[in-house]
Order: sequence, then C-alpha cells, then structure tokens
Amino acid sequence: MIEIRMHGRGGQGAVIACKILANALFREGKFAQSFPAFGVERRGAPVMAFTRIDDKPIHLRTQIYEPDHLIILDASLLQTIDVTVGLKPGGKILINSTLAPESFNLPDKYEVRTIDANSIAIANGLGSRSTPIVNTAILGAFSKFTGILGVTAIEAAIHDAVPIKKEANVRATHEAYEKLKTDPVALMMEQS
Amino acid sequence: MENGVITAGLEKYFNPETTEEVKVTEGTHAASYAVGLARVKVISAYPITPQTSIVEKLSEMCASGEIDAEFIKVESEHSAMACVIGSESTGARSFTATSSQGLALMHEELHWAAGARLPVVMVNVNRALGAPWNIWADQSDSLAQRDTGWVQLYAESNQEVLDMVLQAYRLAEEIMLPVMVNMDAFFLSHTTEPVAIPKQHLVDQFLPGYNPKFKMDIKDPRAFGGLATPDRYMELRYNIQKSMEGALDLIPKIADEYDAIIKRHHGGLVEEYLTEDAEYLLVTSGTITGTSRIVVDAFRNKGIKVGLLKMRVFRPFPVKVVQESAGRAKKIAVIDRNISFGQSGIFFNELKSALYNLETRPLINGYVAGLGGRDVTPSTIEKVINHLIAAEKGEDLIWMELNYESDEI
Repeated sequence: MIEIRMHGRGGQGAVIACKILANALFREGKFAQSFPAFGVERRGAPVMAFTRIDDKPIHLRTQIYEPDHLIILDASLLQTIDVTVGLKPGGKILINSTLAPESFNLPDKYEVRTIDANSIAIANGLGSRSTPIVNTAILGAFSKFTGILGVTAIEAAIHDAVPIKKEANVRATHEAYEKLKTDPVALMMEQS
Repeated sequence: MENGVITAGLEKYFNPETTEEVKVTEGTHAASYAVGLARVKVISAYPITPQTSIVEKLSEMCASGEIDAEFIKVESEHSAMACVIGSESTGARSFTATSSQGLALMHEELHWAAGARLPVVMVNVNRALGAPWNIWADQSDSLAQRDTGWVQLYAESNQEVLDMVLQAYRLAEEIMLPVMVNMDAFFLSHTTEPVAIPKQHLVDQFLPGYNPKFKMDIKDPRAFGGLATPDRYMELRYNIQKSMEGALDLIPKIADEYDAIIKRHHGGLVEEYLTEDAEYLLVTSGTITGTSRIVVDAFRNKGIKVGLLKMRVFRPFPVKVVQESAGRAKKIAVIDRNISFGQSGIFFNELKSALYNLETRPLINGYVAGLGGRDVTPSTIEKVINHLIAAEKGEDLIWMELNYESDEI
C-alpha cells in the first residue's frame, strides 16, 4: 500500500486534488481511497487530505500517520507545522514553491522537488491571483516526480470530477508535468 | 477506464455483467445513486453536515431529470420526516436523510412512521450530538432511536451503503416498517473510493415497483391515523414486534437474492470473519470493522486465534446468530463508538444480554473508543485484543485512549 498525505490551505483545492487522484488511480487499475481531515474549514486554514493506493480493496479507515509521500500546496506551512512528521525514509516531498528544493533544508533521507504551481494556475485562470487553485497543477508534477500514475489518467479524472474549467485544469496538469525538474543535472544547474 | 468498462485485473472485484459503471465516489453520493436506482418518488430532507451532500446530489439528479422524483424542500428535519410519512401514506416510495441533531429532532415522528407501518428508508450519517458541537463520527445519534420501531442497519464501506439502501427498500416494503441505513461520518460520508453501480434493469428485477395494500387514494377513500383504544393498541404493538422478528429471517434472504441478481454479498445479519475457531472474538460495527480486519489478520499471523463479528443489524437484534457465533468464543471484546451514559457501550450491552441464557457464557468486555470522530487505529484495536487476552473477568466499560489520567488503557 502507498499512502500520500497532502497539506494545504482551505481554498487551494486539496480535497478535490485527492478525489481526482483516487479517480485517476482507479482508471489505472488500482484501488484508491481518499478523504479529507475535516477541521474547522475556512479559507486559508491549514487542511490535510489523504490518499491510499493498493492492488486490492482497502479496509484501513484511519488518517495517515506514516505517509510514503507528501504533497505541500503552500510552502509557508513548513514554517508552522511539522509536515514531515511520520514520513517514511526515502519519502518524496513535492512542494508548491518558486524556491529550489534545497532552500527548505529538509533532511537528506527525503527526496524533495519544487514546482511553481501558483504561476501555472494563474496563467490558466484557475482561482484568483491571491488564491490560485493549484490542485491540478500539483498533480501533474506529482505524476512526473513519483511515476505512481500517468497524466492521461489524471486528465480523464479531471473531466470526470472537476465541474468547471476542465480544459484549463488539464493544461495546468500537463504544464506542471513538463516543468517539473527531475533531471539531477538540471537541478544542479538551477542551484548554481 | 471508460465508463462501463472495468480495468483488466479488477473483474474479480467488480462483476462486468452486473455493473453499469464503477464510480469513484464518496459515501454520501453512493447513497444518492442508490436512491436513484430504487426509483424513489419523493425525497424530502433538510441539510445537516455531514449528510448534506446526499441530498445536494439528489436535488441535482431531480433538477437534471436524471431521476423522476419530487424533491420537497422543508424548514426542518421534523418536517422532512412529516413529508415522507405523508408521501409513503399515498404509496409513493420515499427517502430522507439526516445526521445527529437532525435525527434527534425527528424522534417523535420516527415512532409515527413505524406505528403507521410506513416503509420509509432513511440514511443517517452517524455524527456526534452536541453540546459541544462536533460534526464527526459517533453512533449515539442512531442508537438513541433504538426503541422507535425502525430497523437499523450499519454499513462498513461505500459499496455496502449503496447495496444496503437497495436492500433496505425490499425489506421495508415486505415488513411494512421503516429502515434506517447508517454510515460513519467522514470515514464513509466524505471518503472517495470505487463503488460499482449496478445495472438499472437488474435493480428493477431485485426491487420491483411498490404498491401497498392500503394507501391514501381519493378514488378509494379510507380512514387513516385513527384512535386505537386499549383493546386494540397492544395487538398493533405485537404486530410490529412480529414483523421485526420476521426481518431476522428476511434480511439474510434478501441479501442472498441481491447476490443472485447483482452478484455481491456483504453478509446477512452479521458477517463472520475467521470466527469458526476463534478463541477471542472482536465485535464491531461500521468502519471500525474494516480497520479491525487488518488487526485480526496480524494476530492470526502470530498464531493467535482472533475472529471478527461484524454487526450489520442492530434492530432487530440478531440474538440467535450472536449466540451461535459469539457463544463459541472464550472471550469477547465489543468495541462501541457510542455510550449510554450511566451504563456502557450500547452494542456491548445488547451482546451481553443476548449471551445471558447460554449454558456456558464467554467472558465479555466492553470498550468505548473513537467518540466524536477520534481515530480508532490498528494500534487502538491491538490494545483492545491484548487487554482481552489478559482479562481474567469481564468488564462492562473500558475507555480507550483518553487524553487525561483515568483508568483507561
């Protein structure tokens, strides 16, 4: 079983992102379960959402305490919450940020990548400039980073699960997929 | 996967012949789709978290013409129940849904629906009652309606919610009593997972149209809701009890018929998981069951004979199957996500009472866990089982994982 924990703020689309993820994973023949940790929901408040992936039906019905991977929709959460709590060694952390992965000083046992999902969302008219809806962009980057699922499945899931701006969301997914730097040389170039 | 096509490898989980499509959807919407498939004629409900998305979806389905039902907007849950009592009286298959305080507000009319022998089906999303406000999972809302004459069913997965709602209509209309289908707040209601939507013509075969023997019809006037004097009332109560007892035979029979047509089975009155040779038996309901399966497997892998008894039905209480299944075990742990203040967990109390007349009674412990939506993790359940194994005498009430000093474990 693979467990993914997503941290975001109310309004960024974390809950829908996990729904799209579950939908897309099922299209690829996997069982998926996703759900939000509902607190006092309001715009800007920290939120968490969880996704489990397995080859068979998933019986476990608890929050995710020891995730395999993390998706961080707002980098400022790293300053206020211990987002890596419970993350397994070797876990991948994808952060929505314009900064380089190294600037977050996360432990070496984790693999970190960043993607400027805000700019991609804004360029595609998703949300407002102050609160872009970054969920579909981040999923494109997640697809490339982890290889857990393909963008074609995400595209189909967006068509199924997103009520409006389907095409703009699909474009955001593809753009983020293209833009995510996974090549070590390219990452080094960026740092220097 | 395109709609209607099941990805290679998943056929054993989703029968392509009986499945229209697999939707990756939340528990609330699984209930809404079931209501559509049941060809319900009247829906009336008042929104309350976490039930709201059931009726939001249904109002969309009504507005788009996807289903042919009247959606009656009301100003309270009390009125919602009054509406479906009225519509069922005319012979129209009806539906409502609620949670927590909303269910409590319906209480008076729950008695009326049962006493008037109206086969209303309601989905209740199990949510804690205030004060203080809490929107999360807790069974105290439905269990407080124990004596209203409603059949009470508890689902473990979104698929079971859908299948249970369809079976609930069959049951309700055969015994002429209302049925409440319960699902845990958030752990089902807001959890997205694959749900097979059965083909409509198969559902129609399983659940034909409803045409009651007596209904309000201006072309065939009758008197309803009359006074029952002391020489009549008691027999009417006896009849309700007999119909409830009849449900004990019907629930497994209906589940088998559903399986024959739709090819899916979640158990009858209970589901027994590795109970045959179990020395230690865990008794659960709702979503705690799913997590318990994993823990039971882990104990089995260590060679410890733990079994799991999932309670699908609370009313009528399945005394006989509980005696057969639980009576085989040496020790029993009941986990309750509810509490009857001044007594114990409610399922525990029912189990204990059911086992009293056995010649050899097993030791039975009651554990209260996960109130107000607190997570019941594999570690919580492991603690329960270890505590049970070490127990020398039965304890009615053991609080799990309290955050302040107490006698909890």
